[in-house]
Amino acid sequence: MNYNWNWGIFWDQTPDATGTYFGSLMSGLQVTILLALCAWFIAFVMGSLIGIMRTLPARWAVFVGNAYIEMFRNIPLLVQLFIWFFVVPELLPGDLGIWIKQLRNGPFIAAMLGLGFYMSSRVAAQITAGINALPKGQRMAGTAIGLTTWQTYRYILLPLAYRIIFPPLTSEFLNTIKNTAPALTIGVLELTARARSMQEFSFQVFEAFSAAAAIYLVLSAVVTIGMRIIEKRLAIPGFNGGK
Amino acid sequence: MFSNFDYDVIWRSLPYLFQQGMVFTLTLTAIATVFGLILGTLIAMMRLSSSAVLSGFAVSYVNLMRSLPLVLVIFLFYFLMPYVGQWIIRSDQPVQVGAYASTIVTFTLFEAAYFSEIMRAGIQSVPRGQVMAGYAIGLNYREVMRRVVLPQAFRNMLPVIFTQTIVLFQDTSLVYVLSITDFLGAASKVAQRDGRLTEMYLFAALVYFLICFTASFFVKRLQKRISIIR
Repeated sequence: MNYNWNWGIFWDQTPDATGTYFGSLMSGLQVTILLALCAWFIAFVMGSLIGIMRTLPARWAVFVGNAYIEMFRNIPLLVQLFIWFFVVPELLPGDLGIWIKQLRNGPFIAAMLGLGFYMSSRVAAQITAGINALPKGQRMAGTAIGLTTWQTYRYILLPLAYRIIFPPLTSEFLNTIKNTAPALTIGVLELTARARSMQEFSFQVFEAFSAAAAIYLVLSAVVTIGMRIIEKRLAIPGFNGGK
Repeated sequence: MFSNFDYDVIWRSLPYLFQQGMVFTLTLTAIATVFGLILGTLIAMMRLSSSAVLSGFAVSYVNLMRSLPLVLVIFLFYFLMPYVGQWIIRSDQPVQVGAYASTIVTFTLFEAAYFSEIMRAGIQSVPRGQVMAGYAIGLNYREVMRRVVLPQAFRNMLPVIFTQTIVLFQDTSLVYVLSITDFLGAASKVAQRDGRLTEMYLFAALVYFLICFTASFFVKRLQKRISIIR
Protein backbone atom coordinates (compact mmCIF):
# COMPACT_ATOMS: atom_id res chain seq x y z
CA MET A 1 0.00 0.00 0.00
CA ASN A 2 1.45 3.34 -0.99
CA TYR A 3 -0.69 5.34 1.39
CA ASN A 4 0.91 8.33 3.08
CA TRP A 5 0.38 7.82 6.78
CA ASN A 6 0.35 11.01 8.78
CA TRP A 7 -0.85 10.63 12.32
CA GLY A 8 0.32 14.17 13.11
CA ILE A 9 -2.55 15.47 10.96
CA PHE A 10 -4.77 15.90 14.02
CA TRP A 11 -2.66 18.85 15.17
CA ASP A 12 -2.82 20.66 11.80
CA GLN A 13 -5.12 23.62 11.33
CA THR A 14 -8.42 23.06 9.53
CA PRO A 15 -8.90 25.10 6.30
CA ASP A 16 -11.54 27.28 7.94
CA ALA A 17 -8.87 28.25 10.52
CA THR A 18 -11.07 27.65 13.56
CA GLY A 19 -8.67 25.22 15.22
CA THR A 20 -7.02 21.86 14.78
CA TYR A 21 -8.61 18.76 13.25
CA PHE A 22 -8.56 17.25 16.74
CA GLY A 23 -10.59 20.18 18.01
CA SER A 24 -13.00 19.74 15.13
CA LEU A 25 -13.54 16.06 15.99
CA MET A 26 -14.06 17.01 19.64
CA SER A 27 -16.72 19.57 18.75
CA GLY A 28 -18.37 16.83 16.66
CA LEU A 29 -18.29 14.56 19.71
CA GLN A 30 -19.99 17.28 21.75
CA VAL A 31 -22.80 17.57 19.20
CA THR A 32 -23.16 13.78 19.10
CA ILE A 33 -23.49 13.58 22.89
CA LEU A 34 -25.83 16.56 23.12
CA LEU A 35 -28.05 15.24 20.31
CA ALA A 36 -28.13 11.77 21.86
CA LEU A 37 -29.13 13.16 25.26
CA CYS A 38 -31.86 15.47 23.89
CA ALA A 39 -33.26 12.70 21.67
CA TRP A 40 -33.10 10.24 24.57
CA PHE A 41 -35.13 12.63 26.72
CA ILE A 42 -37.93 12.65 24.10
CA ALA A 43 -37.60 8.90 23.54
CA PHE A 44 -37.80 8.16 27.26
CA VAL A 45 -40.79 10.43 27.99
CA MET A 46 -42.81 9.50 24.89
CA GLY A 47 -41.76 5.84 25.11
CA SER A 48 -42.88 5.64 28.75
CA LEU A 49 -46.25 7.25 27.97
CA ILE A 50 -46.96 5.01 24.99
CA GLY A 51 -45.56 1.92 26.66
CA ILE A 52 -47.78 2.43 29.71
CA MET A 53 -50.81 3.15 27.50
CA ARG A 54 -50.43 -0.27 25.88
CA THR A 55 -50.83 -1.98 29.27
CA LEU A 56 -53.96 -0.06 30.35
CA PRO A 57 -57.32 -1.87 30.50
CA ALA A 58 -58.89 0.58 27.98
CA ARG A 59 -59.00 -0.90 24.45
CA TRP A 60 -58.59 2.48 22.70
CA ALA A 61 -55.38 3.19 24.66
CA VAL A 62 -53.87 -0.11 23.50
CA PHE A 63 -54.90 0.64 19.91
CA VAL A 64 -53.39 4.14 19.92
CA GLY A 65 -50.19 2.80 21.48
CA ASN A 66 -49.87 0.03 18.90
CA ALA A 67 -50.53 2.42 16.00
CA TYR A 68 -47.88 4.83 17.33
CA ILE A 69 -45.28 2.06 17.57
CA GLU A 70 -46.06 0.66 14.11
CA MET A 71 -45.82 4.11 12.55
CA PHE A 72 -42.44 5.07 13.96
CA ARG A 73 -40.93 1.60 13.70
CA ASN A 74 -41.79 0.86 10.08
CA ILE A 75 -40.32 3.98 8.46
CA PRO A 76 -36.51 4.20 8.12
CA LEU A 77 -34.83 6.71 10.41
CA LEU A 78 -33.39 8.64 7.47
CA VAL A 79 -36.86 9.14 5.93
CA GLN A 80 -38.19 10.32 9.29
CA LEU A 81 -35.33 12.81 9.59
CA PHE A 82 -36.10 14.16 6.10
CA ILE A 83 -39.77 14.51 6.99
CA TRP A 84 -39.01 16.46 10.18
CA PHE A 85 -36.50 18.65 8.38
CA PHE A 86 -38.04 19.22 4.92
CA VAL A 87 -41.74 18.38 5.18
CA VAL A 88 -43.02 19.40 8.63
CA PRO A 89 -42.11 23.13 8.23
CA GLU A 90 -44.01 23.11 4.89
CA LEU A 91 -47.15 21.64 6.43
CA LEU A 92 -47.27 24.08 9.35
CA PRO A 93 -49.40 27.20 8.85
CA GLY A 94 -47.60 30.07 7.04
CA ASP A 95 -45.60 32.18 9.49
CA LEU A 96 -44.76 29.36 11.89
CA GLY A 97 -43.27 27.30 9.06
CA ILE A 98 -41.15 30.21 7.82
CA TRP A 99 -39.97 30.96 11.35
CA ILE A 100 -38.91 27.33 11.83
CA LYS A 101 -37.08 27.25 8.50
CA GLN A 102 -35.05 30.28 9.51
CA LEU A 103 -33.95 28.87 12.88
CA ARG A 104 -30.19 28.64 13.14
CA ASN A 105 -30.39 25.33 14.99
CA GLY A 106 -32.97 23.96 12.55
CA PRO A 107 -31.04 20.80 11.59
CA PHE A 108 -30.28 20.00 15.23
CA ILE A 109 -33.89 20.43 16.31
CA ALA A 110 -35.19 18.33 13.40
CA ALA A 111 -32.64 15.60 14.18
CA MET A 112 -33.56 15.70 17.87
CA LEU A 113 -37.28 15.31 17.13
CA GLY A 114 -36.74 12.69 14.42
CA LEU A 115 -34.35 10.56 16.44
CA GLY A 116 -36.32 11.05 19.64
CA PHE A 117 -39.64 9.87 18.20
CA TYR A 118 -37.95 7.06 16.25
CA MET A 119 -36.31 5.71 19.40
CA SER A 120 -39.45 6.30 21.49
CA SER A 121 -41.22 3.45 19.66
CA ARG A 122 -38.45 1.08 20.72
CA VAL A 123 -38.46 2.36 24.30
CA ALA A 124 -42.26 1.97 24.40
CA ALA A 125 -42.00 -1.67 23.32
CA GLN A 126 -39.50 -2.30 26.14
CA ILE A 127 -41.66 -0.55 28.78
CA THR A 128 -44.70 -2.62 27.77
CA ALA A 129 -42.63 -5.80 27.94
CA GLY A 130 -41.33 -4.80 31.38
CA ILE A 131 -44.78 -4.16 32.80
CA ASN A 132 -46.20 -7.35 31.27
CA ALA A 133 -43.29 -9.34 32.72
CA LEU A 134 -44.49 -8.57 36.26
CA PRO A 135 -46.63 -11.22 37.96
CA LYS A 136 -50.36 -10.50 37.51
CA GLY A 137 -50.75 -10.59 41.28
CA GLN A 138 -48.86 -7.30 41.65
CA ARG A 139 -51.57 -5.37 39.82
CA MET A 140 -54.36 -7.26 41.57
CA ALA A 141 -52.76 -6.64 44.97
CA GLY A 142 -52.65 -2.93 44.17
CA THR A 143 -56.35 -2.93 43.34
CA ALA A 144 -57.11 -5.07 46.40
CA ILE A 145 -55.55 -2.61 48.85
CA GLY A 146 -57.63 0.17 47.31
CA LEU A 147 -55.09 1.97 45.11
CA THR A 148 -56.32 3.79 42.02
CA THR A 149 -54.93 2.74 38.61
CA TRP A 150 -52.57 5.73 38.70
CA GLN A 151 -51.33 4.82 42.19
CA THR A 152 -50.86 1.16 41.21
CA TYR A 153 -48.61 2.22 38.36
CA ARG A 154 -46.79 4.90 40.34
CA TYR A 155 -46.02 2.90 43.48
CA ILE A 156 -46.05 -0.74 42.41
CA LEU A 157 -45.73 -1.53 38.70
CA LEU A 158 -43.41 1.16 37.35
CA PRO A 159 -40.66 1.02 40.01
CA LEU A 160 -40.35 -2.72 39.34
CA ALA A 161 -40.77 -2.54 35.56
CA TYR A 162 -38.08 0.14 35.08
CA ARG A 163 -35.62 -1.96 37.04
CA ILE A 164 -36.37 -5.04 34.93
CA ILE A 165 -35.85 -3.23 31.63
CA PHE A 166 -32.78 -1.28 32.68
CA PRO A 167 -30.34 -3.46 30.68
CA PRO A 168 -32.33 -3.31 27.40
CA LEU A 169 -32.85 0.43 27.91
CA THR A 170 -29.08 0.79 28.19
CA SER A 171 -28.65 -0.82 24.80
CA GLU A 172 -31.40 1.42 23.36
CA PHE A 173 -29.45 4.42 24.64
CA LEU A 174 -26.31 3.08 22.94
CA ASN A 175 -28.40 2.74 19.76
CA THR A 176 -29.48 6.36 20.16
CA ILE A 177 -25.83 7.42 20.23
CA LYS A 178 -25.08 5.39 17.09
CA ASN A 179 -28.21 6.68 15.36
CA THR A 180 -27.06 10.29 15.68
CA ALA A 181 -24.76 9.63 12.70
CA PRO A 182 -27.50 9.75 9.98
CA ALA A 183 -28.22 13.32 11.16
CA LEU A 184 -25.23 14.41 9.07
CA THR A 185 -27.49 14.13 5.99
CA ILE A 186 -29.57 17.10 7.16
CA GLY A 187 -26.49 19.12 8.08
CA VAL A 188 -25.88 18.39 11.76
CA LEU A 189 -22.10 18.59 12.29
CA GLU A 190 -21.75 15.58 14.56
CA LEU A 191 -18.78 13.26 14.89
CA THR A 192 -19.12 11.31 11.61
CA ALA A 193 -19.72 14.56 9.69
CA ARG A 194 -16.56 16.04 11.21
CA ALA A 195 -14.54 12.94 10.27
CA ARG A 196 -15.97 13.12 6.76
CA SER A 197 -15.01 16.78 6.32
CA MET A 198 -11.56 16.09 7.78
CA GLN A 199 -11.14 13.34 5.16
CA GLU A 200 -12.26 15.72 2.41
CA PHE A 201 -9.85 18.50 3.34
CA SER A 202 -6.79 16.53 4.40
CA PHE A 203 -7.15 13.32 2.30
CA GLN A 204 -6.09 11.34 5.39
CA VAL A 205 -8.91 8.78 5.05
CA PHE A 206 -7.72 6.21 7.58
CA GLU A 207 -6.66 8.65 10.26
CA ALA A 208 -9.95 10.57 10.11
CA PHE A 209 -12.32 7.58 10.19
CA SER A 210 -10.33 5.40 12.58
CA ALA A 211 -10.14 8.30 15.03
CA ALA A 212 -13.93 8.69 14.81
CA ALA A 213 -14.38 4.93 15.20
CA ALA A 214 -12.12 4.93 18.27
CA ILE A 215 -14.10 7.80 19.80
CA TYR A 216 -17.39 5.92 19.26
CA LEU A 217 -15.88 2.81 20.89
CA VAL A 218 -14.69 4.78 23.93
CA LEU A 219 -18.03 6.55 24.20
CA SER A 220 -20.02 3.30 24.19
CA ALA A 221 -17.59 1.71 26.67
CA VAL A 222 -18.00 4.66 29.05
CA VAL A 223 -21.80 4.53 28.78
CA THR A 224 -21.86 0.75 29.32
CA ILE A 225 -19.70 0.96 32.44
CA GLY A 226 -21.64 3.93 33.81
CA MET A 227 -24.96 2.17 33.27
CA ARG A 228 -23.72 -0.96 35.04
CA ILE A 229 -22.85 1.11 38.09
CA ILE A 230 -26.28 2.76 38.10
CA GLU A 231 -27.93 -0.64 37.58
CA LYS A 232 -26.22 -2.03 40.71
CA ARG A 233 -27.28 1.00 42.74
CA LEU A 234 -30.91 0.62 41.63
CA ALA A 235 -31.20 -3.10 42.26
CA ILE A 236 -33.50 -4.16 45.12
CA PRO A 237 -31.59 -6.83 47.08
CA GLY A 238 -33.09 -10.27 46.61
CA PHE A 239 -35.57 -9.21 43.93
CA ASN A 240 -33.83 -9.71 40.61
CA GLY A 241 -33.44 -13.34 39.61
CA GLY A 242 -31.77 -14.89 42.65
CA LYS A 243 -29.03 -12.30 43.11
CA MET B 1 -52.61 22.18 3.71
CA PHE B 2 -52.70 19.36 1.14
CA SER B 3 -54.50 21.60 -1.37
CA ASN B 4 -51.40 22.47 -3.43
CA PHE B 5 -50.25 18.87 -3.50
CA ASP B 6 -48.88 17.67 -6.83
CA TYR B 7 -49.79 14.01 -7.05
CA ASP B 8 -48.68 13.94 -10.66
CA VAL B 9 -44.99 14.15 -9.74
CA ILE B 10 -45.32 10.83 -7.92
CA TRP B 11 -47.20 9.26 -10.83
CA ARG B 12 -44.63 10.48 -13.37
CA SER B 13 -41.63 9.21 -11.41
CA LEU B 14 -43.08 5.80 -10.45
CA PRO B 15 -41.10 3.81 -13.07
CA TYR B 16 -37.86 5.51 -12.01
CA LEU B 17 -38.57 5.06 -8.30
CA PHE B 18 -39.39 1.37 -8.54
CA GLN B 19 -37.46 0.06 -11.55
CA GLN B 20 -34.22 1.70 -10.50
CA GLY B 21 -34.55 2.64 -6.85
CA MET B 22 -36.54 -0.19 -5.34
CA VAL B 23 -34.76 -2.80 -7.45
CA PHE B 24 -31.42 -1.72 -5.98
CA THR B 25 -32.83 -1.54 -2.44
CA LEU B 26 -34.23 -5.07 -2.71
CA THR B 27 -31.10 -6.45 -4.38
CA LEU B 28 -28.91 -5.03 -1.64
CA THR B 29 -31.24 -6.36 1.05
CA ALA B 30 -31.29 -9.85 -0.49
CA ILE B 31 -27.52 -10.09 -1.07
CA ALA B 32 -26.67 -8.73 2.38
CA THR B 33 -29.15 -11.10 4.04
CA VAL B 34 -27.92 -14.24 2.27
CA PHE B 35 -24.20 -13.59 2.56
CA GLY B 36 -24.52 -11.89 5.94
CA LEU B 37 -26.33 -14.96 7.24
CA ILE B 38 -23.71 -17.37 5.86
CA LEU B 39 -20.83 -15.29 7.23
CA GLY B 40 -22.72 -14.70 10.47
CA THR B 41 -23.22 -18.44 10.97
CA LEU B 42 -19.50 -19.02 10.47
CA ILE B 43 -18.70 -16.27 12.99
CA ALA B 44 -21.16 -17.75 15.48
CA MET B 45 -19.51 -21.17 15.10
CA MET B 46 -16.11 -19.54 15.62
CA ARG B 47 -17.40 -17.82 18.72
CA LEU B 48 -18.72 -21.06 20.19
CA SER B 49 -15.61 -23.06 19.27
CA SER B 50 -13.16 -24.22 21.90
CA SER B 51 -10.26 -22.38 20.27
CA ALA B 52 -9.55 -19.19 22.22
CA VAL B 53 -8.06 -17.50 19.15
CA LEU B 54 -11.11 -18.12 16.97
CA SER B 55 -13.66 -17.13 19.61
CA GLY B 56 -11.57 -14.10 20.59
CA PHE B 57 -11.51 -12.95 16.98
CA ALA B 58 -15.27 -13.50 16.61
CA VAL B 59 -16.07 -11.61 19.82
CA SER B 60 -13.94 -8.61 18.87
CA TYR B 61 -15.33 -8.51 15.32
CA VAL B 62 -18.94 -8.59 16.52
CA ASN B 63 -18.38 -6.04 19.29
CA LEU B 64 -16.50 -3.69 16.98
CA MET B 65 -19.19 -3.75 14.29
CA ARG B 66 -21.99 -3.40 16.81
CA SER B 67 -20.55 -0.33 18.49
CA LEU B 68 -19.96 1.66 15.28
CA PRO B 69 -22.69 3.62 13.47
CA LEU B 70 -23.51 2.10 10.07
CA VAL B 71 -23.00 5.47 8.34
CA LEU B 72 -19.41 5.60 9.59
CA VAL B 73 -18.78 2.04 8.41
CA ILE B 74 -20.24 2.86 4.97
CA PHE B 75 -17.83 5.79 4.60
CA LEU B 76 -14.88 3.87 6.04
CA PHE B 77 -15.27 0.89 3.69
CA TYR B 78 -15.98 3.10 0.69
CA PHE B 79 -12.66 4.89 1.11
CA LEU B 80 -10.76 1.88 2.44
CA MET B 81 -11.67 -0.69 -0.17
CA PRO B 82 -9.62 0.70 -3.09
CA TYR B 83 -6.47 0.39 -0.94
CA VAL B 84 -7.35 -3.10 0.33
CA GLY B 85 -8.04 -4.17 -3.25
CA GLN B 86 -4.70 -2.78 -4.33
CA TRP B 87 -2.96 -4.69 -1.54
CA ILE B 88 -4.71 -7.97 -2.41
CA ILE B 89 -3.99 -7.95 -6.16
CA ARG B 90 -0.66 -6.14 -5.70
CA SER B 91 -1.31 -3.44 -8.30
CA ASP B 92 0.40 -0.07 -8.45
CA GLN B 93 -2.78 1.99 -8.30
CA PRO B 94 -5.64 1.91 -5.81
CA VAL B 95 -8.38 -0.27 -7.36
CA GLN B 96 -11.58 1.36 -8.63
CA VAL B 97 -14.32 -0.24 -6.52
CA GLY B 98 -17.29 2.05 -6.93
CA ALA B 99 -20.11 2.90 -4.57
CA TYR B 100 -22.38 -0.04 -5.54
CA ALA B 101 -19.83 -2.81 -4.99
CA SER B 102 -18.56 -1.18 -1.83
CA THR B 103 -22.02 -0.91 -0.23
CA ILE B 104 -22.72 -4.57 -0.98
CA VAL B 105 -19.51 -5.61 0.79
CA THR B 106 -20.15 -3.15 3.63
CA PHE B 107 -23.69 -4.35 4.33
CA THR B 108 -22.66 -8.01 4.14
CA LEU B 109 -19.81 -7.56 6.63
CA PHE B 110 -21.81 -5.25 8.91
CA GLU B 111 -24.96 -7.39 9.02
CA ALA B 112 -22.88 -10.55 9.53
CA ALA B 113 -22.12 -9.25 13.03
CA TYR B 114 -25.84 -8.95 13.84
CA PHE B 115 -26.76 -12.26 12.18
CA SER B 116 -23.97 -14.00 14.08
CA GLU B 117 -25.57 -12.99 17.40
CA ILE B 118 -28.89 -14.39 16.18
CA MET B 119 -27.31 -17.64 15.00
CA ARG B 120 -25.36 -17.97 18.25
CA ALA B 121 -28.64 -17.83 20.17
CA GLY B 122 -30.07 -20.33 17.67
CA ILE B 123 -27.21 -22.79 18.04
CA GLN B 124 -27.44 -22.53 21.82
CA SER B 125 -31.19 -23.16 21.65
CA VAL B 126 -30.52 -26.70 20.39
CA PRO B 127 -30.29 -28.98 23.44
CA ARG B 128 -26.79 -30.19 24.28
CA GLY B 129 -27.97 -33.79 24.23
CA GLN B 130 -28.57 -33.59 20.47
CA VAL B 131 -24.93 -32.71 19.85
CA MET B 132 -23.77 -35.53 22.11
CA ALA B 133 -26.15 -37.95 20.41
CA GLY B 134 -24.68 -36.88 17.07
CA TYR B 135 -21.15 -37.62 18.24
CA ALA B 136 -22.31 -40.87 19.85
CA ILE B 137 -23.59 -42.24 16.52
CA GLY B 138 -20.23 -41.41 14.98
CA LEU B 139 -20.77 -38.10 13.20
CA ASN B 140 -17.89 -35.62 13.12
CA TYR B 141 -18.13 -31.89 13.95
CA ARG B 142 -19.06 -30.88 10.41
CA GLU B 143 -21.78 -33.48 10.12
CA VAL B 144 -23.22 -32.68 13.57
CA MET B 145 -23.39 -29.00 12.64
CA ARG B 146 -24.73 -29.53 9.13
CA ARG B 147 -27.23 -32.31 9.79
CA VAL B 148 -28.31 -31.80 13.39
CA VAL B 149 -27.62 -28.38 14.92
CA LEU B 150 -27.80 -25.79 12.13
CA PRO B 151 -31.12 -26.89 10.56
CA GLN B 152 -32.83 -26.63 13.95
CA ALA B 153 -31.02 -23.44 14.92
CA PHE B 154 -32.06 -21.90 11.63
CA ARG B 155 -35.68 -22.94 12.02
CA ASN B 156 -35.91 -21.71 15.63
CA MET B 157 -34.46 -18.35 14.68
CA LEU B 158 -36.45 -17.85 11.46
CA PRO B 159 -38.75 -15.11 12.84
CA VAL B 160 -35.78 -13.23 14.33
CA ILE B 161 -33.85 -13.55 11.07
CA PHE B 162 -36.79 -12.07 9.15
CA THR B 163 -37.15 -9.25 11.67
CA GLN B 164 -33.46 -8.47 11.23
CA THR B 165 -34.00 -8.50 7.45
CA ILE B 166 -36.73 -5.86 7.84
CA VAL B 167 -34.31 -3.74 9.90
CA LEU B 168 -31.69 -4.29 7.19
CA PHE B 169 -34.20 -3.26 4.51
CA GLN B 170 -34.73 0.03 6.37
CA ASP B 171 -31.00 0.48 6.93
CA THR B 172 -30.26 0.24 3.20
CA SER B 173 -31.70 3.76 2.91
CA LEU B 174 -28.42 4.96 4.49
CA VAL B 175 -26.60 4.37 1.18
CA TYR B 176 -28.04 7.81 0.44
CA VAL B 177 -24.79 9.20 1.94
CA LEU B 178 -22.87 7.83 -1.07
CA SER B 179 -25.45 9.36 -3.51
CA ILE B 180 -26.56 5.91 -4.66
CA THR B 181 -29.95 5.62 -6.37
CA ASP B 182 -31.73 3.33 -3.97
CA PHE B 183 -35.46 3.90 -3.37
CA LEU B 184 -34.90 6.86 -1.06
CA GLY B 185 -32.08 8.15 -3.26
CA ALA B 186 -34.37 8.07 -6.30
CA ALA B 187 -37.17 9.80 -4.40
CA SER B 188 -34.76 12.44 -3.17
CA LYS B 189 -33.35 13.07 -6.65
CA VAL B 190 -36.84 13.63 -8.10
CA ALA B 191 -37.76 15.74 -5.06
CA GLN B 192 -34.81 18.06 -5.57
CA ARG B 193 -35.12 18.22 -9.36
CA ASP B 194 -38.82 19.15 -9.30
CA GLY B 195 -38.82 21.01 -5.99
CA ARG B 196 -41.42 18.61 -4.63
CA LEU B 197 -39.84 17.56 -1.32
CA THR B 198 -43.11 17.23 0.58
CA GLU B 199 -44.81 14.88 -1.88
CA MET B 200 -41.79 12.69 -2.56
CA TYR B 201 -40.67 12.20 1.04
CA LEU B 202 -44.20 11.49 2.27
CA PHE B 203 -44.65 9.02 -0.58
CA ALA B 204 -41.32 7.33 0.26
CA ALA B 205 -42.37 7.09 3.91
CA LEU B 206 -45.70 5.54 2.89
CA VAL B 207 -44.06 2.93 0.66
CA TYR B 208 -41.50 1.94 3.31
CA PHE B 209 -44.28 1.80 5.90
CA LEU B 210 -46.52 -0.45 3.81
CA ILE B 211 -43.69 -2.87 2.97
CA CYS B 212 -42.33 -3.11 6.51
CA PHE B 213 -45.76 -3.26 8.13
CA THR B 214 -46.90 -6.09 5.85
CA ALA B 215 -43.64 -7.96 6.29
CA SER B 216 -43.70 -7.72 10.07
CA PHE B 217 -47.34 -8.84 10.06
CA PHE B 218 -46.32 -12.06 8.31
CA VAL B 219 -43.33 -12.49 10.64
CA LYS B 220 -45.70 -12.29 13.62
CA ARG B 221 -47.91 -14.98 12.07
CA LEU B 222 -44.89 -17.16 11.40
CA GLN B 223 -43.77 -16.71 15.00
CA LYS B 224 -47.14 -17.90 16.27
CA ARG B 225 -47.12 -20.95 13.99
CA ILE B 226 -43.62 -21.92 15.01
CA SER B 227 -44.33 -21.53 18.69
CA ILE B 228 -47.30 -23.90 18.39
CA ILE B 229 -45.20 -26.62 16.75
CA ARG B 230 -42.68 -26.64 19.59
